[in-house]
Amino acid sequence: MSDLFLDSLQQALNLIFSGNPEVYGIVYRTIYVTGLGTFLACLWSIPLAILIGLYSFKGRWVVRGFFNAFIGIPTVALGLFLYLLFSHQGILGSLDLLYTLNGIAIGQAVLETPIIVSFVSNALGTVDIQLRDLARTLGASGVRTDLAIMRETVWSLVLAIAAAFNRGFGELGIAALVGGGLFGMTRVLTTAITIETNFGHFSIALAYGIILMSIVLAITLTTNLVERLKREDFTLPKWNIRKSATGVHNNDHQSSA
Amino acid sequence: MTISLQLKDVSKNFRAVKAVDNVSLQLFGGKIIVLVGVNGAGKSSLLRVIAGLDKPDNGQLLFNNKSINDKSLRQVATLVFQKTVMFSMNVYDNLAYGLRFREMPEKEIKEKIDAALADVKLSGFEKRKAKKTSGGEQQRLALARAFLIEPEVLLLDEPTANLDPYSATIIEKAVLARKSSDRIIVMATHNLNQARRIADQVIHLHAGRIVESGLRQGFFENPKNELTRKFINGELEF
Repeated sequence: MSDLFLDSLQQALNLIFSGNPEVYGIVYRTIYVTGLGTFLACLWSIPLAILIGLYSFKGRWVVRGFFNAFIGIPTVALGLFLYLLFSHQGILGSLDLLYTLNGIAIGQAVLETPIIVSFVSNALGTVDIQLRDLARTLGASGVRTDLAIMRETVWSLVLAIAAAFNRGFGELGIAALVGGGLFGMTRVLTTAITIETNFGHFSIALAYGIILMSIVLAITLTTNLVERLKREDFTLPKWNIRKSATGVHNNDHQSSA
Repeated sequence: MTISLQLKDVSKNFRAVKAVDNVSLQLFGGKIIVLVGVNGAGKSSLLRVIAGLDKPDNGQLLFNNKSINDKSLRQVATLVFQKTVMFSMNVYDNLAYGLRFREMPEKEIKEKIDAALADVKLSGFEKRKAKKTSGGEQQRLALARAFLIEPEVLLLDEPTANLDPYSATIIEKAVLARKSSDRIIVMATHNLNQARRIADQVIHLHAGRIVESGLRQGFFENPKNELTRKFINGELEF
């Protein structure tokens, strides 16, 4: 067992450092799919998080609880659900997303949504409530006040996006069921590890495993660094807040109380 | 022209608690009005209503004899909070925050900030992280930030609480220097000596109501209300 592992490890390192095109093709494909999935997730998750984190509405705690509950959703269950949606008999069958990289990316976006929504909305909820009053008493409009609050939680947003990317990068269920692990087309790192192991190609499976772990670790270490910078109150570049001002005019005192 | 702010039967409740209970008063520019009262008397709540941060449940506010709502109030009034709060920015950007969306040129912003920092004896602090400065420095910065937007109604909620005498004196001098006919200054404080030093008019609040209001000298030397007399003598419990 030990010999098998050491031999596989040696071959895996040879594969990685020899620049094997098959290995790197899968790595690029995985990064593309997860990058696209994370981008898509951000498009709807960040506005949702702002809505839940900054605005009071009836049933807010139910919505928050729903997203919190879905953080740990099994990817194989979600993969099966999406497979049924994307299959030719499914509701979204006409979109031809089954066995495509875009199909996997959409599935990963759905998987990552609860992570971004929960992390960001919780972070927005922890901002000192007086910061909101401060922005308002300095004359900021509603939008500008929200921007000021978001600016305070920008590092939490970075951490949430990194955590979501990691979740998508290491998932297998969606990639296998929606992508199918087609060689040269939809095979990503996780599906490649499973397939190569099943074929007894331990060295190449281990090479993919090492790359997968290295990328996840690199992202985790980077997020830890970000957290440290956050703790040390790292200053971000200024946001341009010059335009669309509330303005200070003394001719607006007529409105009734 | 001397500006004025009038409150007519203003009330603000927080659930069952009457934080501001049917308060009517008229404030004029050129005077420093000091709100005094025990903890929970409603000083901070009243200031928040005047600042437009909390909508009154009842009553009306008039600015220069015209009705004004909370949104418009926030354009003329600024509140400096008792617990200082700073954005996660450096000192310069904290001070510039209110000026940038008033479309002031950056050169003018810089000149104003330089003068404001000198005013509160914090020149050279521009690049420091605001949250890393001391409590006294933060309170002076908060005051400078409020001064910079030149509000017509300047509201100060115990700005010298827990500060060393040096910082407290700087703040008092800076506030006194802002006294003019086109500015109303209202300050809440526990410190009766401070009220004696800087107030033109003193208002005693108790349980959300105005108990007594008068010019400084008469208020302290000849209080008309028994509660006020007890409060001045340190005998009033909440």
